[in-house]
Amino acid sequence: MNRAGIPIEEYVCSGHSACPGCGALLVLRYVLKVLGKNTIVTSPACCFTAIAGMFPDTCMEVPLLYNAFETTAASASGIEAALKIKGKKDNTHVVAFAGDGGTADIGLQAISGALEDGHNIIYVCYDNEAYMNTGIQSSSLTPMGATTTTNPIGKEAGWKITPKKNMMDILVAHNIKYAATVNPSYPIDFVKKVEKAKATKGFSYIHAYSVCPTGWRYQPELGLEMGRLATETGAFPLYEVENGKYNITYKKKTKNVLEYYKLQGRFRHLSEDFINDVQAYIDQEWQKLILKEECSKK
Amino acid sequence: MKNNQKYSSVEDLPEASVASVSTVYIKTGSWRVYRPEIDKEKCIKCFICWRCCPDISIGIDEEGYPKINYDYCKGCGICSHECPNEAIKMKREGK
Ligand SMILES: Cc1ncc(C[n+]2csc(CCOP(=O)(O)OP(=O)(O)O)c2C)c(N)n1
Ligand code: SF4
Ligand SMILES: [Mg+2]
Repeated sequence: MNRAGIPIEEYVCSGHSACPGCGALLVLRYVLKVLGKNTIVTSPACCFTAIAGMFPDTCMEVPLLYNAFETTAASASGIEAALKIKGKKDNTHVVAFAGDGGTADIGLQAISGALEDGHNIIYVCYDNEAYMNTGIQSSSLTPMGATTTTNPIGKEAGWKITPKKNMMDILVAHNIKYAATVNPSYPIDFVKKVEKAKATKGFSYIHAYSVCPTGWRYQPELGLEMGRLATETGAFPLYEVENGKYNITYKKKTKNVLEYYKLQGRFRHLSEDFINDVQAYIDQEWQKLILKEECSKK
Repeated sequence: MKNNQKYSSVEDLPEASVASVSTVYIKTGSWRVYRPEIDKEKCIKCFICWRCCPDISIGIDEEGYPKINYDYCKGCGICSHECPNEAIKMKREGK
């Protein structure tokens, strides 16, 4: 049954220790709503490990396994292989749930291996754009211009100057069956994409936008508004890639990136020139995405 | 959650690092600074507040209105900001 367009059932419970307004919890809550109770989640060191509760506490109604930082995809592959041997894989979903650091930096080789081996798992990266759990260090998914605690300081610096790594393209290059970007500000689109990942036989990847009021320095009530701005400005485009075919699921890129950046303390220092560079980069990536979608139709 | 036992020594730990005690005993409502209050006259029962609550602390009452569970609500204010009919107001605790 649905309420407000998403399944009613809950597999995450209250009492968890996420900061007020944290996006990671919404991401997991929506993912589990779709996958249901026959799901096993494995998670590395990240905010979510702290959120779920200190071992043996858990805010989840489904099994949660703690793994080492770099091993999320390997851990999920192992669970999947064990379920196969026990003849239980057909009705159990295995979810790897990791942060951006655990996905795009230290866990990248494990993902590449698991994907190449064709393991039937759903990998969810909740992207809060830095190493939040250890105090806001820069990751390869930190966006252009954001300050973290590890950017070298100086007259012309103090923030990340390179853009985000494109995880979707890296996975598409592995011939992934299904990969999608999702955003809790668009819950119905979110749920639809997780349904597709659920139906995929093989490795599927969900890249989730995940707000972090603590690390991004904004008022927590603006969380979903922030998500809408990220997508409307093209900073976090919503699309999916099914067997190599791109499909943009939110096409109205109507706003200037400044509208998104100006709400967050982590971008406060930026000059007009730098924001223009960010805008140029986002526009260029958006054009590329449109071309990829067009090629997919041929 | 079925297995609600508490672990008191190392010997009690399970073989694998699988967590098993539900966090519902932790009342995170004590973190709250601002308290959301629903005005039933304005509420249109769309349940957007329920959908966007990161603390899963909005339920449903006998009349079918959303009901905030103050044991857990941390007062982030997302529900109040997202309500399409401005039916949820944030009020400072203790005032
Ligand atoms: C091998 C190893 N290196 C470093 C750490 C310390 N550590 C724990 S959580 C974390 C940050 C995780 O960042 P991310 O994956 O982005 O998740 P987030 O905390 O942002 O949700 C780090 C560096 C660790 N646990 N293990
Ligand atoms: S630091 Fe950020 S990601 Fe971590 S729990 Fe707090 S809001 Fe969530
Ligand atoms: Mg992170």
